[in-house]
Amino acid sequence: MKEIVLVKYGEMALKGLNKKTFEDMLTKNIKRRLKPLGKFVCTSAQSTLYIDPQDDAIELSEVVDRVGKIFGIAALCRACVCEKDFDDICNKSYEYLENVLGCAKTFKVNAKRSDKAFPMKSPEICMELGGKLLEKFPHLSVDVKNPEVTVTVEIRDTNAYVHAENIKGAGGLPVGSSGKAMLLLSGGIDSPVAGWMMAKRGVHISAIHYVSPPYTSDRAQLKVEQLCEKLTDWCGGIAFYCVPFTELQEAIKDNCPEEFFTIIMRRLMMEIAQRIAAKEKCLALITGESVGQVASQTMAAIACTDAVCRIPVFRPCVGMDKTEIIEIARKIDTFDTSVLPYEDCCTVFTPRHPKVRPRLADIEKAQNSFDFEPLIQEAVENTEMKTFNLGD
Amino acid sequence: MSVYLDNAATTKPCEEAVEAAVKMMRENYGNPSSLHRSGLDAQLVMDKARKVIADSIGADSSCLYFTSGATESNNLALRGIAGAYGKRKKKIVISSVEHASVDETASALETQGFEVVRVSPRDDGRMYAADFVNACDENTCLLSMMLVNNETGYILPVKDTFAAVKRRFPDIVTHCDCVQAYMKLPVKVTAMNADIISISAHKIHGVKGVGAIYIKKGVRVTPVITGGKQEKSIRSGTESTPLIAAFGAAAEKLLPTVSERYKTAEGLKSYLLDKLKDVEGVSVNSPEDGSPYVINVSAEGRRSEIMLHFLESKGVYVSSGSACSKGQQSGVLGEFGITGKRADSALRVSITAGTTQPELDAFVEALKEGYEKVRG
Repeated sequence: MKEIVLVKYGEMALKGLNKKTFEDMLTKNIKRRLKPLGKFVCTSAQSTLYIDPQDDAIELSEVVDRVGKIFGIAALCRACVCEKDFDDICNKSYEYLENVLGCAKTFKVNAKRSDKAFPMKSPEICMELGGKLLEKFPHLSVDVKNPEVTVTVEIRDTNAYVHAENIKGAGGLPVGSSGKAMLLLSGGIDSPVAGWMMAKRGVHISAIHYVSPPYTSDRAQLKVEQLCEKLTDWCGGIAFYCVPFTELQEAIKDNCPEEFFTIIMRRLMMEIAQRIAAKEKCLALITGESVGQVASQTMAAIACTDAVCRIPVFRPCVGMDKTEIIEIARKIDTFDTSVLPYEDCCTVFTPRHPKVRPRLADIEKAQNSFDFEPLIQEAVENTEMKTFNLGD
Repeated sequence: MSVYLDNAATTKPCEEAVEAAVKMMRENYGNPSSLHRSGLDAQLVMDKARKVIADSIGADSSCLYFTSGATESNNLALRGIAGAYGKRKKKIVISSVEHASVDETASALETQGFEVVRVSPRDDGRMYAADFVNACDENTCLLSMMLVNNETGYILPVKDTFAAVKRRFPDIVTHCDCVQAYMKLPVKVTAMNADIISISAHKIHGVKGVGAIYIKKGVRVTPVITGGKQEKSIRSGTESTPLIAAFGAAAEKLLPTVSERYKTAEGLKSYLLDKLKDVEGVSVNSPEDGSPYVINVSAEGRRSEIMLHFLESKGVYVSSGSACSKGQQSGVLGEFGITGKRADSALRVSITAGTTQPELDAFVEALKEGYEKVRG
């Protein structure tokens, strides 16, 4: 008995002439993600992708687990391949669904006949197969409103497929279909979530992180690298840039008013990020800011930070509550890592009373009192890059 | 020459494991909880081992915790789940052929007010998912069953059972003692629908004194050992980094060859069974489709322990029943329908893929001789 995985496209199914580009991107992402598990043949037809394992030793639950984290997919399911022949569908169903139906109490049959040449119509298939299954598993009863198990039969171009579970996909668009952007990754809860949300919209993520030894430790950097690794499950490979930031932070502390420290620091971070983004051909920056969460994330503060940006800055968490962000962080499994208690660069030299409504003119004046440019250049030059690949 | 055929009791540590342990003791002796570089270096080695082992069971490394061995892992699984969910749900379902570390722990919980249901094999010596499903109910907090029985090599229907139980009672925590299966059969937590599994290092050519427990995210376990919050508070106590490094090295070495070694072991098992076919008085207690690594035989009328010592005198090491029970009969064979004189004379031969045919020949010759010479 042959079992495959059926993948139903998300919103890319609605695309027009460029649908093929999205399809190819998705297929490529799936193949790359499944490569460590063995050999597969992937074919697409009728807005569905068929993942056909070429080796009996491949665990389909692992395939489902991995594919469930690939963006661009609305739903997926394991299915048994049958001939387009009603008797074969019945016989395979008995065997394939034995365990599932053997332990259930109620069920219903659902049929989708996209090949209209098949002699039986959908309601007929439902009735007949339902009857046969009842004969085979007499302990079952039919419940069309709230069944424990829904058996679905799909009559498609080349084969018929039987399955009993539909798993929700990750949604969104295939990663890479929307271009590249640079994520400012601090190590907190919000920034990995922001990266994940943009990856969901098809954005290929690179990440940038600022370290300030000895104020920050090796473990803090390691934690951010772990976050990158976690994100690769969803976002694919990530180029990770680590910027030495100590001298800049010390310079701000020595030369600027304390209340402006955080805003000026963020402006410098943005400046460095967009210089590296330009080298990496990233079209935008991504941050985990949420309006009003902390002093540097008030609208006035964001306006002051944005004033140095020459490319768009995406803030997908901007309208979210902390609890909503945490919910996603748990779902994508970054939360436990994010809350590890290491000092990060954002918490070094934090002012006691930061300016909540800074004026851009004041900030610029304060920043212009010292020439940061040589230090910025030095930081960019000494930035180290590491790549995190899928499954590393 | 000695012929070691007691690999289900323990295995010889591989060179890679020994080297990794020694290196940690000589050079990288920091406490992984220390904040300085020496601590971080030790932690990094531990993280790597954790990742290798987690990957090998298809799990995320954040769900794997090191323990002192599988007995502790099994204790933590049973007592931890009973502690976390046992206030409202007082029932535990296990198979009747579990290792003592599960069975005795369940008995201990029985004295604390838990109801323990032990599901037995049917008359054909096999277990069925439906029997476990029928034993479970809304009041059940834990279902625990081993994947490979340590005495006979019987492979329990864990995957089907867990899937069926989860479908009917999604809140029941499923635990699988994978000690005799890990690195011998494919052990993948998602495919098995297992919420918790226990594994041990010294059964896979690692070092004694270390094991691990996988706990699925979201499953709550009340720690048995409390203290300095190591292993995310699941298991306090400074981690044994040398043993953990050795565990990782052994797992890394064995993982790529699981299916290849399985085939080799299958060949060795059928070779041995073939040789035993014509030996007078010998019957095989292991099922045909059991794990090829464990072969249980009886030389009828010759008591296990006496025969074991006779074989020992010929340089062949096997075990009578399960080595952990020091020769005591565990009752597991009886569960499989092997009783009376046949059970009294049971010997367990457990091999590795590195076992050779001449070694098996030596065992068969010694067994023949023993059957002739040993009385009672």
